[in-house]
Amino acid sequence: MTMSVDLMGIEKGFDGRPVLQGVDLRVEPGEVFALVGPSGVGKTTLLRCIDFLLRPDRGTIRYDGKEAPSDTSGQLALRRRIGMVAQNPFLFRGSAFYNVSYGLCVRDVGGPALEERTNAALDTVGLRDLSQAPVSRLSAGEAQRVAFARAIVVGPELLLLDEFTANLDPANVAQLEKAIGAYHRQTDATVLIVTHNLFQAKRVSRRAGLVLGGKIVEVDTADRFFSNPTDERTRAFVRGEMPY
Amino acid sequence: MAGDIFSIALLSLFVSATSTLLATLIAVPLGVTLGLREFGSQRLLRNILFTLYGLPPVLAGLLVFLLLSRSGPLGALGLLFTPVGMVIAQVVVVTPIILGITMSVVATMERRVKETAFVLGADRRQLSVTVLREAVAGILTAVMVGFGRAVGEVGAVFVVGGHIEGKTQVLTTSIITDIQQADYGHAVALGVILLVIAALVYSLLYRLQEKTLP
Repeated sequence: MTMSVDLMGIEKGFDGRPVLQGVDLRVEPGEVFALVGPSGVGKTTLLRCIDFLLRPDRGTIRYDGKEAPSDTSGQLALRRRIGMVAQNPFLFRGSAFYNVSYGLCVRDVGGPALEERTNAALDTVGLRDLSQAPVSRLSAGEAQRVAFARAIVVGPELLLLDEFTANLDPANVAQLEKAIGAYHRQTDATVLIVTHNLFQAKRVSRRAGLVLGGKIVEVDTADRFFSNPTDERTRAFVRGEMPY
Repeated sequence: MAGDIFSIALLSLFVSATSTLLATLIAVPLGVTLGLREFGSQRLLRNILFTLYGLPPVLAGLLVFLLLSRSGPLGALGLLFTPVGMVIAQVVVVTPIILGITMSVVATMERRVKETAFVLGADRRQLSVTVLREAVAGILTAVMVGFGRAVGEVGAVFVVGGHIEGKTQVLTTSIITDIQQADYGHAVALGVILLVIAALVYSLLYRLQEKTLP
């Protein structure tokens, strides 16, 4: 129930503007890894490359040591082992229950198993009472919790979280961080979290890395990364001296 | 007279509703498929469809007439001057409208709908179904526009149906002949019936559309 990811020389640009400029990174199986950095340095692009939403211009991504299969069914099987929550997730028209159960439905899970697993995921984020509420009536925090439940309900081995608590109030942030911890403990899944929030990165991650200019500047254990980084740019970033 | 008007109104409703339904069955799956895909000649296809929006119904009627006429390729079917022939003519007129709008609705739908379904593990078919579900309000608008075109259409049904008394008379062609005979009162009465039919169908479609809104 866990997956390693190896990024080797990942490059990606848009309209001639380079965004990722040779990213090398290994995320160990079962760890919670935080990727921090200012806006526009390519953190989201990197996650989108890992989740097949973008194709890197150059470089290799290995999942559990293997490159992604080139055939559609092989790629679909791999995609289904990965979950992702975006900063502003799109919720489908309908209820919270419908949204959370979507991933199970597309995997042909039905009947009591679907109901049980959906309700369990809603419990994880404290939204069981709102399971039948139309998503249009949910607050931003509740909507984000639905998106998180929707991602974990299928038990992804790799969970990608892209600034998923940005703009939320502290209560919702705390609830979601608790949910990450609970999911990680239960499944030992690998979690790669992109965040602006240094305090959050410190709270949830075992290792952390800084991205600047489309490259990884420094990777270390969370303790060393935040208390005694080796690179001058990381020091400036964790001290808050670098605007972001 | 009242019986005549009733049968004329009923045939109008039958021809318009059946042709809209058939056009929907053809155009919606095709529109969703084309809207989801990105291909080189997409702009060309869109331009062709937009051009067909303006296809003069009388020209569409002429093409169907030539197809169904005794010497035409489908002449043996004996569909000229029948309600079925009129339905075929209207399908030709309405399909590009529903297809074009559906394609635009799907293509311009928030990219995030497709991405979300993709990220959650949907395969290609499931992704299409999800987009269709999210786009249903827009697609119903396409159907409403298509029905509006069908129910108010006169040229194609006149050419293909022939306005034969008791057989292929519909409200719009009857209004035209009433005007030609200066029977304006009758023409206005038929016009009111046409509007009532349109209002009833639209209220039904609008209710459906309301249910699909978030």
